[in-house]
Parts: sequence; C-alpha cells; structure tokens
Amino acid sequence: MFILDHLWIIMALPLAGSMLTLLAGRHWPKNLVNLSSVGFPVLAFLSYCELLREFFALPAGSIPWIHSYFTWMTAGPFRVDFALQVDQLTIVMLGVVTFVGMLIHIYSVGYMAHEEGYYRFFAEMNLFMFFMLTLVMAANLVLMFVGWEGVGLCSYLLISFFFTKKSAADAGKKAFITTRIGDFGFTIGILMAFWLFRAIDYKTMFDKVANMPPEGMQHWGVLTTICLLLLAGAVGKSAQLPLYVWLPDAMEGPTPVSALIHAATMVTAGVYMVARMNPLFSRAPVAMLAVAIIGAVTALYAATIGLAQSDIKKVLAYSTISQLGYMFLACGVGAYAAGIFHLMTHAFFKALLFLCAGSVIHAMGGEQDMFKMGGLRKKIPWTYGTMLVATLAISGAPLFAGFFSKDEILFDAYAGPDANIVLYGLGIFAALLTACYMFRLIFLTFHGEPRFDEHHVHVHESPKVMLTPLVILAILSVIGGWLALPTYWGGKDYFKGFLDPVFGGSQQLALQMHPSWQEPPHSLELEMTAIAVTIALIGFLLALYLYIIKPAAAKKLADGTRPIYKLLWNKYYVDELYGAVIIKPLIWLSRNVLWKVIDVGLIDGTVNGLAFLSRGVGGGVRRIQSGNARSYATWVVVGAVAVTVFFVWMVR
Amino acid sequence: MVPISYYIILSGILFGLGVIAFIFKRNIITIFMSIELMLNAVNLAFVAFSREFNQLDGLVFVFFVIVVAAAEAAVGLAIVMVIARNRKSLNVEDVNLLKF
Repeated sequence: MFILDHLWIIMALPLAGSMLTLLAGRHWPKNLVNLSSVGFPVLAFLSYCELLREFFALPAGSIPWIHSYFTWMTAGPFRVDFALQVDQLTIVMLGVVTFVGMLIHIYSVGYMAHEEGYYRFFAEMNLFMFFMLTLVMAANLVLMFVGWEGVGLCSYLLISFFFTKKSAADAGKKAFITTRIGDFGFTIGILMAFWLFRAIDYKTMFDKVANMPPEGMQHWGVLTTICLLLLAGAVGKSAQLPLYVWLPDAMEGPTPVSALIHAATMVTAGVYMVARMNPLFSRAPVAMLAVAIIGAVTALYAATIGLAQSDIKKVLAYSTISQLGYMFLACGVGAYAAGIFHLMTHAFFKALLFLCAGSVIHAMGGEQDMFKMGGLRKKIPWTYGTMLVATLAISGAPLFAGFFSKDEILFDAYAGPDANIVLYGLGIFAALLTACYMFRLIFLTFHGEPRFDEHHVHVHESPKVMLTPLVILAILSVIGGWLALPTYWGGKDYFKGFLDPVFGGSQQLALQMHPSWQEPPHSLELEMTAIAVTIALIGFLLALYLYIIKPAAAKKLADGTRPIYKLLWNKYYVDELYGAVIIKPLIWLSRNVLWKVIDVGLIDGTVNGLAFLSRGVGGGVRRIQSGNARSYATWVVVGAVAVTVFFVWMVR
Repeated sequence: MVPISYYIILSGILFGLGVIAFIFKRNIITIFMSIELMLNAVNLAFVAFSREFNQLDGLVFVFFVIVVAAAEAAVGLAIVMVIARNRKSLNVEDVNLLKF
C-alpha cells in the first residue's frame, strides 16, 4: 500500500529530476546529467510497477482510489483539492506515459549527445513527464487543467528548443497560441461544469450526472454545451480539425520530443479527457456526434495531406493527426475502450516510428527530405527492421498491434449502438490512405536507389542506446495488441473488460438509448476484419506500384492530377487561409487600432497626462515652501483654526 | 469656588497671545517663549477640566506635557545656539535656505 498512499511520489520523481538537472546540470559532466535525467523517469516507471502490483490487490469497491493531500483553494462553494485518483483508465495512461517516456529518455541520450543545451533538454523533458502525470492522475478538472497547461508549456519550450532558429521559435509560438484557443473553451467548460454540479471532482460530478436524464438530439441543453466546450479544448490539444495546424510545425523540435509529446502522450490528452468525461458525453448525443464527425473527418483529411509530403517527420505528423482522429471517432461512437486501446498501441508504434525517423535523420546527418534518401535498407538494418514493424502495425497488418485497435474502432463505427455508416466509410478510406502513405515513406526512405551523394553523407547505424528502445517498442508494437484479443480470435478481450468499471455505465446507457440494437454476430466481425485487411493491402499495393515497381508512375500520377497534387502538397492552403482570414486582420487590428489608437492614444495618453498634471500642480504648490519659518507658522495656525472651526461646526 | 469658565477664558486668552506672538515675533527666543506660553495655556485648561470632572486623566496629561516641553526646550535651545553662532543673528527671517 506504500505507493497507493503516496501517489505523489510518481509525479514528484520526474519533477525532482527536472529541478536537479535544471539547477545544477550546467556544471555537471554529461554522465551525471544522464544519470539524473534518465534515472528519475526509470524510478517513476518502477514505482508505477509497484503501483500496478498494489492496484491489482485492491478490492473492487475501493476503486477509484482517491487520495486528497490538501485543499488547494476555496471560494464559497468552489473548492479544489490537490487530489490524485487511480482507476483502470489512469493505470493504462500511467503505463503509457511512464514506460514510453522512459524509453524515449534513454533514446535521447544517444540522439541528443552532440546538441547544445543538453541539460536543458532533459530538464524540460522531465518537467513534461511531471505535468503529464499530473494530467492523468488528477482527481478533478482543475488539477487536470494544471497538467494540461503544463504539458502545453513544455511542448512550447521543447518545440522551440533550437530557439536561435526562427522557424523553431515561430513553431513553438504557433503551437502555444493555437492550443490556447481550444483551452479557452476548456476553461469555460470547467466553470460551467462547476456551475451545474457545484463540484469539480470527477467522483461527485459523475455521481450527480448519473441521475440526470440524457439530453436528446433536438433539445440540447447545458450538458451538451459543457461537452462541446470541453471538446474545444480536446480539439486544440489533440490537433484535430480545425485546430490541427500547429502539430506539423511542431516537428521543428528535436525528434525525441516529437515522439514523446507530439505522438505518444501529450496529443492524446484530448482523447483521455473525452474518455474520462464519458458519463457526461454519453448523455449528450449532439456532442458525441460532434466528436465522431471531427474524428472521422480529421482522420481522412490528415491522411490525404500525408500522401504528398516530402519531409519524413511531416508525414508522421499528419499520420499522428489522422490516428488521433480515429481515437476521437471511437469515443464519438461510444467505443471508449477501443479509443483508449488505440491510444495505447498508437503510443507504441508511433513513438517507434518517430524514433526510427530520428535514427534515419541521425544516420543521414540531419537530412529530413525523403526524396534525398533511398536505399538505406542495407546500411541501417536495425532501424529498417523496427520501422517496418511499426509501419505494419499502423497499417493494420494482421496480428500487429494497430490491427486489433483500428479494427475495433471501425467495427464499432459500423455496428456499435451509435454506428454511423458514413463515419465508417471515412474511417475505412483513411485506413487505405494510411497504408499507402506509410509504405510510401518506407519505400522512399529505405528502398530504391540512393538519391544522395554517397561520398558526402556517411550513413551509419545509430548507437546501441538508441537501438534498444527501438527494439523494445517494436516488440510491443507486435504483442501490444494481443491484450485486447477479441473473443472471435479466441481471446477474452481482456482490455475492454479491464476498463469496464470506467466505461461500463456509458455502455449501459447507450444500450438503453438504442433499445432496438442487437449484438452483431461474430461472422460480421470476421467480415469486417477481412474488409479492413483487404483495404490496407490495397493501400500497400498502391504504394508498392507507385514507388517500387514503376517509380515513373508516381510522377506521372502527380503530373496528371496536378491541381489535386498541388492542393495536397500545400496542405489545402489552410495555413494561408488562416493567415488571410484570422491572422492578417488580427495584425491589422493590433497595429492600427490597439497600438496606434488604444495604446498610444488612450493608455500612453492617460499615463502621460497624469504625469503632466501632477507636474503642473507640483510646480504651483511648491511656491508654498518659501523657506520662511514664520509663513509656515501662519499655515499651521490657519490649519489649526480650520480644523477647530470644522469640528465645532460638525458637533453642532 | 471659581467657575470653570474663568479658567477656560484665561487659558484661551493665554493661548491666543501665544499664537499671535508665535506668528508676529521675529526673535527666535521670543517665538520659543510663545510656544511655552501656548503649552502652559493648554496645561491650565487640562487642570481646570480635571478638577471640574474630578478625574485624574487631565493631570496625567499635564505631566506628560511638562516633560515633553522640557525635552523640547533642551533641543530647541540647542538649535537656537547653533543658529546664533552661524548667522550671528536671532532673526527668524535670516533662516530661509530650506526652500524650493
């Protein structure tokens, strides 16, 4: 019971590492920095293992395990505790954060070895771990929001890690400001949730919402509004339409940052939040539909952009957006467990993909353009092997992790209680594109003829400290999916059963709301799986044909569909659109109204005017100080007489 | 017994004389003396009231005023000494450097 009673230890460990490295790291030798900054995440993971052991020994009645340490703030009925919570969902998220986080820290030791600001990098990474753990362990929305903003801060710091580069500094700002738009909605959502429930901790909220009737499609009320506002926050943080624009730019950060923050953990916070708030969402069908639509459209939309990018990390960024769309789709159709499961497998294989991409970039001496790579298969076999595993996993090759998770999402979108055939169509089409662009990446990078100057670039395999995390993640990308082996595969769908205490209530509710819904037969599941695999195979063959069998065909296709290709290449001109519609007017407004009128005229005018006024008054009044003691004496007497007269008059 | 109004009127006259001297006299020593006059006028009023209302508070105040006046006289006379040495004059209008 040690860790359960002292849950804060798990969070405090990375914080300690961060503070130590930040304060003293500058003067430390590299090995000591490594020891401190990798050691603390490892300790956090070990304490997570201990937590796991103690958690499974807990009786079911004491879950969720909530531990309140102190009251953070009170204002009337508003009361926020520093309280941590452990339930099944937290256990899954904690596992992902601590384990993947630990591996990426180890990898970074090799990857960042030659970078300036080594200690700063690790201090910020550890700080990120701390905030991410706060986010997932918080027992109320406000504390969750602290973690939410904290990871945003660390994301900003780490995207702009190479802050002397203008593009990196700009990308950091873009990420911070874009997510802030969503956070505005999130904040209002939290306040409205308090207004409705008179409490902000999950347990009280969920107990109260359990007695509320679900809101309908036509008459949506406060619960739906709250959910839509919370969704705005999730959309910003998880880079969904229309606030996804920051994530591709965030690739300016070092690759381990992209792997940890912008693939495995932080960007999934939105999905976690929606899943955590499932009792609210499942009573607000409009909000659920919004989640599902945003997810499905984003999944397809980002996948199409991914088809035409040349930067290896940008492709992965769009892939991440697309996969996050799948998770939203899952939550939107009520398949929270499937969404969280995809979150977990995605954390494994997408972190692996990014780390492999980092390894490739490392091998190529900093080159990120896939069209300047090619034929790397023989030279960096370990990277190639692990990346291939991850690609198979994300494309949904049978028995790999992504296969089970994506299948379950698509199946629930097709046959679940909240099924929607259009959303399913979008999802399955995105799956086709996923396989296509991922294999395009593999073929361009590792196959074919080298398209770089081989005398110039000395391709070399990465050191062992980088390869070990790759191999571990590759193994998990294969076996990670077996946790949720569906029943028709002979498994027991352990994962879904494990999360049932968290999501079961919402599932019951969905069944009540759709009384005519029937459990689909197993044969349907098999058919759906067959369709999904065929679709993925078509995507693979398409990439194979375009980039291996007939490399000229890809160019011909691009030339033949020049307008579409240009549209994709330029990412649908969304950045330009936002620039013209929002940013330009905003800058104009700031410069011509806020600066030249409000700032110069009003604020400066007021301040300068006050100063001028007091100067004038002072200039007049100083005449009184004549230096003549007798005139002072007169003033004193006049004052005394005035006061006396005043009081006498008052008394009367 | 003398009515209290007599004392108050006397005290007021003494205080008024002190104020007038305080304003119109130029010799620092005289100004100093007028301050003492004002203090003692107030003392007189205190004592009169103390007796009238049969309370000790006024007497206690008088003792404080006497003590403070003594301390003030010591400091004030020291200042007067220094001014006299520096200016070779006791005219208060010669001491006018501290101004805007």
